[in-house]
Amino acid sequence: MTYSYYPGCTLKTKAKDLDHFARASAAVLGFTLEEIDEWQCCGAVYPLGTDEVVSKLPAIRVLHQAGQKNQAMVTLCSACHHVFKRVNDDMRRDVDLRRTVRNYDKELDYDGTTEVLHYMEVLQRHVGFGVLKAKVQNPLTGRKIGAYYGCMLLRPGGVMDFDDPENPTIFEDFITALGGTPVPYPYRNECCGGYISLKEAEKAGQMAGKVLESAANRGATELITACPLCLYNVSKKAAGDVPIYYFTRLLVEALDAGIDF
Amino acid sequence: MEKIGVFVCHCGSNIKGNVDTAAVVEQISHVDGVAMAVEYPYMCAEAGQAMIRNAITEHGLTGVVVAACSPRMHEATFRKAAERAGLNSYMVEIANIREQCSWVHRDTVSATKKAVALARAAVAKVHRNTPLHPGESSVTKRALVVGGGIAGIQAALDIAEAGFEVTIVETTPSIGGKMAQLDKTFPTLDCSACILTPKMVDAAGHDNIAIHTYSEIEKVEGFVGNFTVSIRKKARSVDMDKCTGCGDCWAKCPVKRVPSEFDSGLCNRTAIYTPFAQAVPNVPVIDRTNCVKFKTGRCGLCRTVCQPGAIDFDQQDEIITENFGAVVLATGYDTISLDKFGEYAYHDSPDVLTALEFERMTNAAGPTDGRIVRMSDGHKPKSITFIQCVGSRDITNRGKTYCSKICCMYTAKQAILIKDKYPDVDVQVFYIDVRTPGKNFDEFYRRAAEEYGVKYIKGQVGKVVNVGDTLHIQAVDMLEGRHMDIQTDMIILATAIQPSATAKTTAGMFSSSVDQNHFMTEAHPKLRPVESHTAGVFLAGCGQGPKDIPETVAQASAAAAKVIGLLVKDKLMTNPCTAATDEDLCNNCGLCGNVCPYGAITYESKLTASVNNALCQGCGACVVTCPSGAMDLHGFTNRQLMAEVDAICK
Repeated sequence: MTYSYYPGCTLKTKAKDLDHFARASAAVLGFTLEEIDEWQCCGAVYPLGTDEVVSKLPAIRVLHQAGQKNQAMVTLCSACHHVFKRVNDDMRRDVDLRRTVRNYDKELDYDGTTEVLHYMEVLQRHVGFGVLKAKVQNPLTGRKIGAYYGCMLLRPGGVMDFDDPENPTIFEDFITALGGTPVPYPYRNECCGGYISLKEAEKAGQMAGKVLESAANRGATELITACPLCLYNVSKKAAGDVPIYYFTRLLVEALDAGIDF
Repeated sequence: MEKIGVFVCHCGSNIKGNVDTAAVVEQISHVDGVAMAVEYPYMCAEAGQAMIRNAITEHGLTGVVVAACSPRMHEATFRKAAERAGLNSYMVEIANIREQCSWVHRDTVSATKKAVALARAAVAKVHRNTPLHPGESSVTKRALVVGGGIAGIQAALDIAEAGFEVTIVETTPSIGGKMAQLDKTFPTLDCSACILTPKMVDAAGHDNIAIHTYSEIEKVEGFVGNFTVSIRKKARSVDMDKCTGCGDCWAKCPVKRVPSEFDSGLCNRTAIYTPFAQAVPNVPVIDRTNCVKFKTGRCGLCRTVCQPGAIDFDQQDEIITENFGAVVLATGYDTISLDKFGEYAYHDSPDVLTALEFERMTNAAGPTDGRIVRMSDGHKPKSITFIQCVGSRDITNRGKTYCSKICCMYTAKQAILIKDKYPDVDVQVFYIDVRTPGKNFDEFYRRAAEEYGVKYIKGQVGKVVNVGDTLHIQAVDMLEGRHMDIQTDMIILATAIQPSATAKTTAGMFSSSVDQNHFMTEAHPKLRPVESHTAGVFLAGCGQGPKDIPETVAQASAAAAKVIGLLVKDKLMTNPCTAATDEDLCNNCGLCGNVCPYGAITYESKLTASVNNALCQGCGACVVTCPSGAMDLHGFTNRQLMAEVDAICK
């Protein structure tokens, strides 16, 4: 299976791990990520203004391109995934938006039909956690791992269609498939304060602290996430007590995908 | 030559406001066969009916068309009027120019045009109408009540008091329903059990009432006055006649860890059990899925200790078949599942309770003897928080769009009960709106807020976090516009209510319909609120819609009055609009019998289909199915309907 792949800017700079590990694991699991040509930054923040069309265009261009190749589009970064899912939903529902986009560039005749998948959804829905489990070489036996979803992957639940926003289990199922022990904790779907980490650093620190404390209280000794912003924010607060890293790292470890740490 | 009179109603301004009735009269009077046409402000009023009667006599009318409201509203009225003047009532047709015309169109010109077309269609039909005469059927003077909660008990007692036999069928091992689980009742705070259990005992001891608990409706046949119902009496594994209710069996039962349904899972019961001390009948039942004897073949302690020898492991389900003239459906409610409401931490903390669980906790006969404690550590809470509208008025697919109606009042009640017991406990309530219509209801809520000092906060809770020794709540106070981050020791959720799981299938067995939320549908929301769409089937209690105890009892008595009104009759008029076979055309293919929902078509005696007029409800399914056009429906013949279509398309 070949997917169109949108890495996003962060995965080319600070979050190279997220990208490399995902590609290496894909190779082991037997699917291909085909990077979209000439992609631009998605903006990382979904524009809430209904008349704000320009900042949606980079996402629309990418979605259109994947659609023309008849491929589903895969993302990894939570922020990118959030933007793509919501812009795609807008394009499916909003006739006026479609017209405005076409007026801007008549090549962009796109109606929101490209399937947008998060890498985790590919693992769950296409590869299957059962198959994943069978391919594990180094099971993560005995490791107590907390999944940190953050806010971007889950909400708004109807549009994101990722998992139950109040009680998600997909990351926990993933950890189980790799042989680890998932540790669900109440703050796993709360915001880490990432967006205010520059403007209100102290408040953001408090929010990230709550996540860590909640996970540690329930006995997690390590955390995984899909979001570069969450990782940045939480790891600043973590100070090594409870390390946090990308979920794709667990994948290469368990699959023995040929990367040394 | 037909002489048809057309009577156009204004319905005040309901029709006249949007339809030029004078123009309708003018245009319809030129239609073939129309002998006279008049208009009148209220045709259904006595003066209007007199106009119809006089016109029939004066002009010698052979048919009548009333252009007015829906036939569901007044068809019977006008037919009766015509009959009084000597005209067969099936020579009267209604043109619905209100619901299907004036109410739904804004433009007078086109509404008038449509009104004329509808009246013309009715005239065309009357041309082909023939006088029809209803038959008669007998009435079995016994009633069936499905559901043994307060609604079912009340209906059964009222019917039995009027001198008719009643059978109650209840699916759980005891009658009593949800009301038996409650502690106190609003707004008077009288003890629920104290007012319910005497009624349960009355029902059990009444000569006219038979109670089948641990039983389900298996099959229903027949029609109003003559229902034949099969009831499955599930194997209780205890002989009802021998058991004395001593309780030796469950005292010895080694299986002690089955969550008690009656105590909302707050404590456990044994595998052989009576749900509660005042159960009626006071005869235990063996829960075979949890019983060691049934799982492994060993044990049998209960049989050993049972002095009267009532335990019977070999007992089988028994199907009994009885005849009834009328039925009351009182199937009750359940609370919704909280699986999709992760934000309230219900599954993550034993200190987050549903309101029904709290009823058991605060009840003196409950698992904590009425003490209010945290289930996690047994400590008395210092602060208790109520969250209302959990799944009610929720437009997402996880909840219910409707208001559950009872929660505002029981929340106020539970808050008062806590404050009565422990005035030092902080009690707060998160609400969207407080809705307290009802006699003495608002005064009751205000007593909670003003006299008892319960803090009412307008806003919804976004998240509850179990941090072990306490619960964190994130919420918004909408009136102050502030974000709240607070701690509490116990949370009580006002969970939405929904019809019990069996409501839809039970309604289906009686050909009675349910709405999009699976509440049973009444025949008319205002004028026939306790009747279902099926004649002889009546509705009571929360199966029909959320309601509190006073309303439930009132509706149950109303349903009982309807049942009594039916059962006192010796004969019922049957609807003459039934299907009939043209024996020359029928080739006995059997398709009509397959589609008939009432089992009214048989092929036994002849080589053609034959319709049992007593069973046929005139739905017309067989008519549209018949490939050779042999089936037709009296009063709605193919020729009549085609004439209507032709008249509209003219």
